[in-house]
Amino acid sequence: MKTQQVSVPAPSVAPTDRTAAHHSLAGSPRSGGLLHRGDLPRAGGIGLKPEHFIDLLESRPAIGFVEVHAENYMVPGGPYHHYLSQVHQHYALSVHGVGLSIGGDAPLDEAHLQRLVRLLDRHQPERFSEHLAWSSHGGRFFNDLLPLPYTEARLQRVCEHVDQVQQRLNRQILLENPATYIQFTASSIPETEFLSEVIARTGCGLLLDVNNVYVSCINHGLNSHDYIRALPCERVGEIHLAGFSRDQDAAGAPLLIDSHGSAVAEAVWQLYEFTLELTGPVATLIERDNNLPPLPILLAEALQAQTLLEKRIAAKQPVTESLS
Amino acid sequence: MSQSIYPEMDFQKALLDPTQPVPEGLSAWNGSDPTARFDVYRNNVIVSLIEALESTFSVVQSLVGDTFFRAMAREYLFQRLPDNPVLSYFGGDFPDFIAQFEPAASLPYLADTARLEWFRVRAYHAADAAPLSTQALQLALAQPERLPSLCIALHPSAQLLRSRYAVVSLWAAHQGLLPLSQVDPMQPEQALVLRPELEVEVIPLDPATALFTSALQQGEKLARALETTLSSHPEFDLHAALATLITRQALLSLEY
Repeated sequence: MKTQQVSVPAPSVAPTDRTAAHHSLAGSPRSGGLLHRGDLPRAGGIGLKPEHFIDLLESRPAIGFVEVHAENYMVPGGPYHHYLSQVHQHYALSVHGVGLSIGGDAPLDEAHLQRLVRLLDRHQPERFSEHLAWSSHGGRFFNDLLPLPYTEARLQRVCEHVDQVQQRLNRQILLENPATYIQFTASSIPETEFLSEVIARTGCGLLLDVNNVYVSCINHGLNSHDYIRALPCERVGEIHLAGFSRDQDAAGAPLLIDSHGSAVAEAVWQLYEFTLELTGPVATLIERDNNLPPLPILLAEALQAQTLLEKRIAAKQPVTESLS
Repeated sequence: MSQSIYPEMDFQKALLDPTQPVPEGLSAWNGSDPTARFDVYRNNVIVSLIEALESTFSVVQSLVGDTFFRAMAREYLFQRLPDNPVLSYFGGDFPDFIAQFEPAASLPYLADTARLEWFRVRAYHAADAAPLSTQALQLALAQPERLPSLCIALHPSAQLLRSRYAVVSLWAAHQGLLPLSQVDPMQPEQALVLRPELEVEVIPLDPATALFTSALQQGEKLARALETTLSSHPEFDLHAALATLITRQALLSLEY
């Protein structure tokens, strides 16, 4: 299958009025054939958990967007859809998939794609993202983001998968850089180059998980600044921040685990500031999936991201300047 | 072709079974044994899926304790990994697995307790629908000549549990709704699990009403459902049963 290049619109200031945002989505598909559904606001956001539905709706904090895992909402009805619809009336929505297995060699699961189409039709999120990873094989789902070898053959396969997903969803998706713990001797392409190629060939955007960059660079003895510099930073449509936990490998070297169970580490905040110099201000999510704290704790982290974003917006530094 | 270019097969074997060697073709930047690193993935898979079962089957977990539950869940995972990524529906056959799980044989009510918890999850995520109005039912009851061929559909969230054990009381005791010491687990109990709006309800039913509701759920027409029920419960009160079902918003629609 031939991959196609799609132009990615420059970041724009998102409308603050959600009704206006919805109306602005009614345009015709772009020349590349993929409808870009409007950006997430250049603001802080949080992962939305059922435990926080009511607190969030009652307190209506000043965050820019929320994100949910697609698979949790692939159910016919009930409170999840009820509250998500209400939350989406007040906040932009990012839907984040964890089950498409885009990085796998096997064909995508047609039934799962169909579930995804229905979910996005129902909630019309501003963004959909997935991972450079695999999670299913042979009809079995492992519920983890598993690593892939970075070879020419796999690059071709991943591009086919991204093309297929974008065509089925009729929208540009963002692909997230993984947190990994091992490498493959068969890999012949650096991860940053692999991601850059997928983005260039398919027109997808990058969900830059800064915590994953930090974790992977420690785990593989890489320089995190060099890693980020090697990515197409102008194609970053969203940033993720999360907490990691610490372990050791067999040689006693630090092995960081992308656990999403604690506050964002200071080193990751610093890497985030460095990242913003290259990407410009981009919608930034605080991810927390384990040890869920009360809503105000997450909001404080989102506010911290927001403060750094505003500093970046105030600096008004053109994105291209730092890329050259 | 080297296996390491297509590692999914090797991963699949090694992820669940820590006695299997890690896949070939893995490396670490510092030359360390990749096993410790691969174990992160093993741990993620097992722990996250066990946690998914724990969140659905929390009363079962309380009844057997964390250690036993995790060992049982691990056995289940070895046999039946999820077949798709929608984990809300993972564990549908866990009650059946528990029923066959030898080490749990001394707790014969465990499988039906799991079934009740599973029904609560099904009801929670079921399709939304406006329940049948009392007026619509009254109109139907005012046409006695058509009643025998009336088909009464249950709400899409409705799940019916008929157990030889007191699993409804056991479940309620674990919600703090009644003292556990008052529960005799060997008593039969029945319940309708339902979510008419946002809250899942567990509605205890008498055996006759449960049988009648079960007949309706299987699509039997009113005359046949009544006959089925009366044959084993001559005392069955149709109007009382219908009153319960309509006031609890358990009915969806009528057809002839």
